[in-house]
Amino acid sequence: MRLNYPAHVRVVRVPCTGKVDLIHILRAFEKGADGVYLVGCMEGSCFYEQGNFRARKRVEHAQRLLEAVGTGGQRVQMYNLSSGEAPLFAQYAREMSERIMALGPNPAKLAMDVRQGKAA
Amino acid sequence: MNTKTPSKLEKVLAAGHQAVTSECGPPRGSDAQVILHKAEMIKNHVDAINITDNQTSVTRLCSLASCIHLKLAGVEPILQMVTRDRNRIAMQSDILGAASFDIHNMLCLTGDHQSFGDCAQGQNVHDLDSMQLIQMVRHMRDEGKFLGGDEIKRPPKIFVGAAENPFADPFEIRVPRLAKKIAAGVEFIQTQCIFNLDKFELWMRMAGDRGLLDQVYILAGLTPLKTAGMAKYMKNRVPGMDVPDEVIKRISGVPKDQQADEGIKICVESIQRLKEFPGVKGFHIMAIEWEEKVPEIVEKAGLYPRPKVD
Amino acid sequence: MIVAKGKPLEEIIEAVKDCDSILVAGCNECVTVCEAGGSKEVGILASALRLYFLNQGKKTQVGEITLQRQCDREYLIQARESVESYQMVISMACGVGCQFMAEEFANKPVQPGVNTMFMGGALERGVWSERCQGCGSCLLARTGGICPVARCAKRVLNGPCGGSSNGKCEISKDVDCAWQLIVNRLKALGRMDDYEQIIPLKDWSSDRAGGPRKVVKEEVRQ
Repeated sequence: MRLNYPAHVRVVRVPCTGKVDLIHILRAFEKGADGVYLVGCMEGSCFYEQGNFRARKRVEHAQRLLEAVGTGGQRVQMYNLSSGEAPLFAQYAREMSERIMALGPNPAKLAMDVRQGKAA
Repeated sequence: MNTKTPSKLEKVLAAGHQAVTSECGPPRGSDAQVILHKAEMIKNHVDAINITDNQTSVTRLCSLASCIHLKLAGVEPILQMVTRDRNRIAMQSDILGAASFDIHNMLCLTGDHQSFGDCAQGQNVHDLDSMQLIQMVRHMRDEGKFLGGDEIKRPPKIFVGAAENPFADPFEIRVPRLAKKIAAGVEFIQTQCIFNLDKFELWMRMAGDRGLLDQVYILAGLTPLKTAGMAKYMKNRVPGMDVPDEVIKRISGVPKDQQADEGIKICVESIQRLKEFPGVKGFHIMAIEWEEKVPEIVEKAGLYPRPKVD
Repeated sequence: MIVAKGKPLEEIIEAVKDCDSILVAGCNECVTVCEAGGSKEVGILASALRLYFLNQGKKTQVGEITLQRQCDREYLIQARESVESYQMVISMACGVGCQFMAEEFANKPVQPGVNTMFMGGALERGVWSERCQGCGSCLLARTGGICPVARCAKRVLNGPCGGSSNGKCEISKDVDCAWQLIVNRLKALGRMDDYEQIIPLKDWSSDRAGGPRKVVKEEVRQ
């Protein structure tokens, strides 16, 4: 279909969203990501049955922690779609991208840039 | 007449009369007139009055002080004591305090959990349970000794009671549990509010079959229902309460302004039926914040006048 | 095991926010099994704290270490170098480990990272339930293997109280009535006669009531 989606979305492939742990999400922010979202299978059609439900709980936990540390919980999101829904994949990417653009850069990244003399 | 204490309640029971007791909740303040006023309303219609001990774990004027007020006013008190709030030192001490005013009746209870009350974050003590409290009072009275073994000068002369709930779960241990309390030394039982008369009678028959009814005085507990709402609340929200559907149907079946009268009627009829039931030695009427109705219930049930004993 | 539960992140942040360097110290024993303070939880807390300090524009260093056991001097000593190089320690071990940490490193402030809950076990993944309060004189033989001290809300030794309803405790429909469980067990064991034996007043002097307790086993003592 050659659908377009924002170029700054970096896709990390995992066998199942259930593989993604809280620490992976937090580390992404420590390394400078401005937002993290998980795209799992439709709820109820996980090959491993519970994977995407686990992912959702971890995303919710990450939202709470990021809210508490001042990064902002809105920078993390869980999405679900089926493998045939490429347009939806692109739509979620745009949606998340727009949200992050509105929120601005990850404040931790800004702080790291300042420290490394990269600040504008 | 064979009595072990100067308790008026014990004398009434030992003389073969069906006893009548009632209860008053102390105020949430320090005005003794509240308790004296309640007692005044009912004192001629009952043999003794229970004073509740911070019931439902809501902090109130203490049971012991309230009992003293009654005693000084010439009314026979039954000191309720829960094991929730005191350790064995405090309980022995309070028992002696009661004895020093010649309070001769006690009801030994575990007490509602503090989470129901106004100090849900408080500790509970439960150094003893109600069974062990019975044992302790009997030990103090009969052996004349403290738990620690030392002699008590002028030991308490206390007629020892406990509550039993024939309707609580598991049902199969309700009678063994009564047997256990009797073995611990209980002398009278005031039961939980009875609305399911059939089940109560079943429990009594089972207790009778084990020969328990000759070893303890059972006072059947009754509460007049004020409204259909109260009946439903008790059925659904109060743990261990058994309010059959026909009772709810009956009180719901009359107009709102007549429900209180219907509640009194149900209560009176229950007493009249249980009066004839073998082994029922008296009645404990718990008219919750409705003490003024006790005389009417007692009279209509044919339990008035109260016998004179000395 | 000892079951613990992570403290709210906000509470931990409040306690450490003015610090220049923090070591988050986990424990490989109970708190790892109950997923409150093992290396995984250490990683998560440390990462969250690093983000917090970055967001605040602070240069606070947050380090990670997980000891084999914090309630054992042998392992604490091995962590000395790490601990000494930080201004403060967040102990993710139970209250025992946290105190041993504080005792070993007398000049190091130690902040608990978890709330220590009880001695219990897992009913299923993610659900832990209390079983023992360490009263120091075990009654289980008399109560069918179910402890009324730990599992009855009123620790009634001759129960149940009047609040038992459909097998549940009066405090909550989510709590089993311990005495219902005991009666069920005694029945299954054919020992209902035991039910009628009154359990006498308990000697609580071996419990918390007797003051801080100590166990000494002379034959192994050095």
